[in-house]
Amino acid sequence: MSKYTLNVNGQSRTVDVAPDTPMLWVLRDHLDLVGTKFGCGIGQCAACTIHLNGVPTRACLTPVSTVGRMKVTTIEGLDPAGAHPLQQAWCELDVPQCGYCQAGQIMTAAALLKNNPNPNDEDIDGAMAGNLCRCATYMRIRAGIKRAAEIAVTATGGKQPHVAATMEGAK
Amino acid sequence: MSTATLSRPMARRDFLRLSAIGGGGLVLAFYLKSAGTSSAAEVVNASGATEFSPNAFIRIAPTGIVTLVSKQPEIGQGIKTSLPMIIAEELEVNWKDVVVEQADLNPQLYGGQSAGGSRSTPTNYENFHKLGATGRAMLIEAAAQTWGIPAGECFALGGAVHHRTSGKTLKYGELVAKAATLPVPASAPLKDPKDYRILGTRIGGVDNPKIVTGQPLFGIDTKLPGMLYAVYEKCPVFGGKVVSANLDQIKTLPGVKDAFILEGTTNTAGLLPGVAIVADSTWSAFSARKQLKVSWDEGKFANDSWDAFVAKAKELSSQPGHQQVHKDGDVDAAFAGAAKVITADYSYPFISHLSIEPQNCTAHFKDGKMEIWAPSQNPASGNGMISQLLGIPATDITVHMMRSGGGFGRRLTADFIIEAAAIAKQVPAPVKLTWSREDDLHHDQFRAGGFHFLKGGLDAGGKIVAWKNHFVTFGTMEPSRGGGSSVQPRSGGSLDADQFPSRFLANYLCEQSVMECNIPMGPWRAPGNNVFGFVMQGFIDELAHAAGRDPLEFRLDLLGQKKGGNYNADRMTGVVKFAAAKAGWNPKQFEKGRGQGIAFHFSHSGYIAMVAEVTVSKDGQLKVDRVVAACDVGAQIVNLSGAENQVQGSIVDGLGTMMFQELNIERGRIVQNNLGEYPMIRIPDAPTKIEVHFLKTDYPTTGLGEPAIPPVAPVIGNAIFAATGTRVRQFPLSRTDLRWS
Repeated sequence: MSKYTLNVNGQSRTVDVAPDTPMLWVLRDHLDLVGTKFGCGIGQCAACTIHLNGVPTRACLTPVSTVGRMKVTTIEGLDPAGAHPLQQAWCELDVPQCGYCQAGQIMTAAALLKNNPNPNDEDIDGAMAGNLCRCATYMRIRAGIKRAAEIAVTATGGKQPHVAATMEGAK
Repeated sequence: MSTATLSRPMARRDFLRLSAIGGGGLVLAFYLKSAGTSSAAEVVNASGATEFSPNAFIRIAPTGIVTLVSKQPEIGQGIKTSLPMIIAEELEVNWKDVVVEQADLNPQLYGGQSAGGSRSTPTNYENFHKLGATGRAMLIEAAAQTWGIPAGECFALGGAVHHRTSGKTLKYGELVAKAATLPVPASAPLKDPKDYRILGTRIGGVDNPKIVTGQPLFGIDTKLPGMLYAVYEKCPVFGGKVVSANLDQIKTLPGVKDAFILEGTTNTAGLLPGVAIVADSTWSAFSARKQLKVSWDEGKFANDSWDAFVAKAKELSSQPGHQQVHKDGDVDAAFAGAAKVITADYSYPFISHLSIEPQNCTAHFKDGKMEIWAPSQNPASGNGMISQLLGIPATDITVHMMRSGGGFGRRLTADFIIEAAAIAKQVPAPVKLTWSREDDLHHDQFRAGGFHFLKGGLDAGGKIVAWKNHFVTFGTMEPSRGGGSSVQPRSGGSLDADQFPSRFLANYLCEQSVMECNIPMGPWRAPGNNVFGFVMQGFIDELAHAAGRDPLEFRLDLLGQKKGGNYNADRMTGVVKFAAAKAGWNPKQFEKGRGQGIAFHFSHSGYIAMVAEVTVSKDGQLKVDRVVAACDVGAQIVNLSGAENQVQGSIVDGLGTMMFQELNIERGRIVQNNLGEYPMIRIPDAPTKIEVHFLKTDYPTTGLGEPAIPPVAPVIGNAIFAATGTRVRQFPLSRTDLRWS
């Protein structure tokens, strides 16, 4: 066991764990930050995506001993008020089904928007291809990212979500 | 369109119970009891506060905050939002004032609490209307009495009662104390659907704020004081037993608190034999497991292989089927007289549910009682086995229902719950069992593979005159009725006598043969139908093309030939025409490499038709350009956002399953280990254009978790044929060469 002092969501947090412990389990078991999710353990589902110095990273493949003084951002620390444009857009468009992967989706999307404030479908598909959504909410993830881009430029939001489904009488 | 008037007798008599709480809140609890139970309201004073708390569906506080209890497991189907919407609609409250609370398992109080078969909506829809309406009637009566006027002069709107003529208003919060003293009416008028303000609108999931900020919510997020962490290793060959394990070495590893063998049973849906490691963290347990060495007795299924099953199925196909599923007319005579006969073999592999939250369960055994926190679709399902295996009375088992990271049928089986309980029984602390993804893939309750050997005959006019299917499926040795045991198909592995086009053809024969294995099989989203739709709608398409007829016109003709059974051909015809109109059906408009297909399927009370447009490049790459879905799930869409999400997700899930999912079996075990070898659909392969249309009809409202899955694979396969001339008869898509020139 070794002691590590980490910078997590702007706070200094100390843990005493084995050096090879992945950040995923440091966050979940030792720091009670359970928004970062376990899905596969081999970096293939991206439910565990966190930011290290702003770069989206698979927490399940990141031993605590490699983190050092890098700034760790988790879904809990993405926005102080939980009101990041992506978080707003996800609620407004009702993106989740089971919701388990969505923290990872949002963390990857947040990095995308930082580099590309107005992504098109191709940009989104390229950036988000590593994040598995088993419920297959991919259409709404695309729409959510585009809506977040709008919210980010217009502080008030305002634009109504596109309504795709219709209902008609049988006769 | 029909109104919401209750026309069918309720299966159980229900009555309302009324209590007053300390502080004057109104509690309406909806009891489901057998006929003959007193329906009188019971009024309990403030001292009775403890009575209401777990027993209520509705609580209205003096502040006006309305707490609605959700009784069903939430697995991503949206039921935690949609069922409370029904109460809120009839109760006439504003959705912004509603707080939804997840119930614990208590079927005596709430009625059935399982999420399977898309049954949560149809089984609760009418009851939930009545519950809300009764609450509204009592609040109106309370206001009327307060004002000393007839209740008929009052109406409820937006969480308040209003007097029509004077404009006087009393908020619900101001009425709770009075309402709590009133008798419960035997019946209450339901709202006219034209006045709905909540049902049919888009309401976001009630847990969304927690989901997007990463708050604890799912089963795997459970943490209790002093909790330990467990892993459980089972034999990779199904049903294998532990001979020995290096437990002494494991117990010396860092963080390990205990390690032991559980003898288990042979039931692959229960407690299989294995080795438990209990440690101070998940990572300590995972790390110790890497050092675990187990000697297994692999048993008699250790030589099973998929390739051998394929050969055996082919062999069985030339013999009479083990069972006759359904027969009409004389297929042999009809084939002999047919103008054209075609044959086709369809097959699909075993697949996993791959719910993204790996199976997990937290259990605490203390003072002879077991407390369980389970992300389950059927939280009661483990209690019988826990009671029997561990000697704990079922009444001493408490189950907390946790949100599930995906279900798809996997969590109807309680194997992981029983394992957690069995481990917890030996540990003097709460313990969380976490399966690895590899555990999840190796020890799923798999969607059964299967083989269909089809033969169809056409007359000179291009009509189907005969249809024969020999279905070769998988089964496990199960107790038979009347003693003994026999090999029987499991959920989703058995064809039913009414599977379309049964009952639509004069000469029809369906036979079934079963191959024994010990592979655990269970329901997978739209069990059976998720593959039968592909097979039947694919072969119907083959017959349409063989007849030189338009696939839409051919299907409408077939739907017009109904000869019996419960299949509602009118409803299906309605959605088929609707989908074709919305999509602009015109398959001849596309040049080679692009194609339009159509398919439909009935399952889980839903009638769904789809039209798809695809592009297949010359080197065989598929791109799905557009999918149009027309859905008839009755008179009312509860939550338009949730309903649309289920259909969109089903289309992408169905496409992904067709494109990628496949498990191989060698030496009696699953070959694939994790997502690297078991690809799932990702965002680049998800269509950008999916259009969802709901056709409202005069039928009861039914569920949407499953019925949109079965038409997806055939509509894509039929569009691929239209584009390339290549027929897809196998899953996954990589088994079919789609190149063309």
